[in-house]
Amino acid sequence: MAQYLMSVLHDSTDPATAEEMAAIDVFNAKLRADGHWMFAAGLASPDAATVVDGRRPGPIVTDGPYLESKEHVIGFWIVEAPHLDVALRLATEGSRSCNRRVELRPILGE
Amino acid sequence: MTDVDEVIGRVHREEWARLVATLARRLGDLDVAEEMAAEAFASAVQRWPVAGVPPNPGGWLTTTAYRRAVDRLRREVRREEKHREALMLFHPAEPLGAIDDDRLRLIFTCCHPALAMEARVALTLRMVGGLTVGEIARAFLVEEAAMGRRITRAKAKIRAARIPYGVPSREDLPARVTGVLAVLYLIFNEGYLASDPGREPVRAELTAEAIRLTRLVRALLPADGETAGLLALMLLTEARREARVSVDGELVTLHEQDRGRWDRGLIAEGHALVRALIAAGRPPGRYQILAAVNAVHTDAADARHTDWSQVVALYDQLTRLDPSPIVRLNRAIAVAELDGPQVALAQVDELPLPDYRAFHATRAELLRRLGRVQESRAAYDRAVGSAGNAAETAYLTRRRDQLAGP
Repeated sequence: MAQYLMSVLHDSTDPATAEEMAAIDVFNAKLRADGHWMFAAGLASPDAATVVDGRRPGPIVTDGPYLESKEHVIGFWIVEAPHLDVALRLATEGSRSCNRRVELRPILGE
Repeated sequence: MTDVDEVIGRVHREEWARLVATLARRLGDLDVAEEMAAEAFASAVQRWPVAGVPPNPGGWLTTTAYRRAVDRLRREVRREEKHREALMLFHPAEPLGAIDDDRLRLIFTCCHPALAMEARVALTLRMVGGLTVGEIARAFLVEEAAMGRRITRAKAKIRAARIPYGVPSREDLPARVTGVLAVLYLIFNEGYLASDPGREPVRAELTAEAIRLTRLVRALLPADGETAGLLALMLLTEARREARVSVDGELVTLHEQDRGRWDRGLIAEGHALVRALIAAGRPPGRYQILAAVNAVHTDAADARHTDWSQVVALYDQLTRLDPSPIVRLNRAIAVAELDGPQVALAQVDELPLPDYRAFHATRAELLRRLGRVQESRAAYDRAVGSAGNAAETAYLTRRRDQLAGP
């Protein structure tokens, strides 16, 4: 089994609608039932982000996201799948449920 | 070229894909499979002229490549077992009765939609077609080192993202077959109508390779109508290759081609495929319809005898599947022959294709027929000015310069 990160891409500040939330709940239940579920969460907007650089003494703390871009990650799933074809199917369903594009990326194994 | 060289060349064409595909499954590693297949052929080049061609060349190559691979993997496994395992190709369990051919697994892996199109093309030509990286680089006018990196990156993604080495599930299969055919058609078209103006207008090595690969896919998926349709389309197009560019390197249109130079053998094969598809009676996809269009063209002893109403009917069918402006442009070209340039021009003028060379070339031709010389010249200017194939440019330039003075 491999693990994949499915990042939900979002390009406005509008929150998810009630229908989208309901569709996401249905998708989450299916992920659990089919044994793909590892974790999922929504994220606060990039306005609430802080960048910390602790590589030197006296860490530098900066307000805002590390990349200013119109599109940002608004939430994510971590799923387990035997190979990419299964993960692609999950990403397609996930994208449909949240009504946004999803970036699918393998998580490195040990 | 000696007899042995010829045998090696033939065995390379016939056995390369099978060799790479078998090794990839048994070793779980595309890189090692490719390298060992190449080494086995290098051994054959050295040994066969001396020791003679073995009775079963394919078996000899497989055994040679496999022994070397096992030796090498053993050394590496001892060094970093866990690491190696993580890099293994993922080979999913497949339902019994699924098409069991490693070459098909290899083709589906190389044409996976998670890879960029140019990577799919390069990987397919290297891993399935057996072209060298240098040959592929030259075919696509890319530096050899850059092409090598493109292939290496694609193989790395296959491993890291776990692109499976297998035949897609039943629900994914139709879309994935379509994806494979798109790669093959792109290779064919790049050979048939090279997009780069600095290139030879027609590159027979690419069209031949595309046909060879499509024959292979057809042998592996004999029940797939679109695969047969694509093969027929390629054969009926390839049949006209010799007549299509003049000695001066200028494109010769279908109307002006010397039909005596068409390859009758390829036409007969293409027609037989189209007839079989029509007899099967399933709703045709785009390649089958385009093959039928080309069957109509190659059926006529000269351009005047073309059954244009049949061509328009086929484009009507294609428009229902794919109402894109490019399909409608091709339909309008047939309409011009049936209902005249005025009707066709009205349809062409509606199409949103401002940067498409064939759009301006078609308008130029229709305006010329209508005697609208100045507008025609302007349209030829736009067609010549848009990037494209060198033989086309030569043809369009001559047509423009033949227009009567302003």
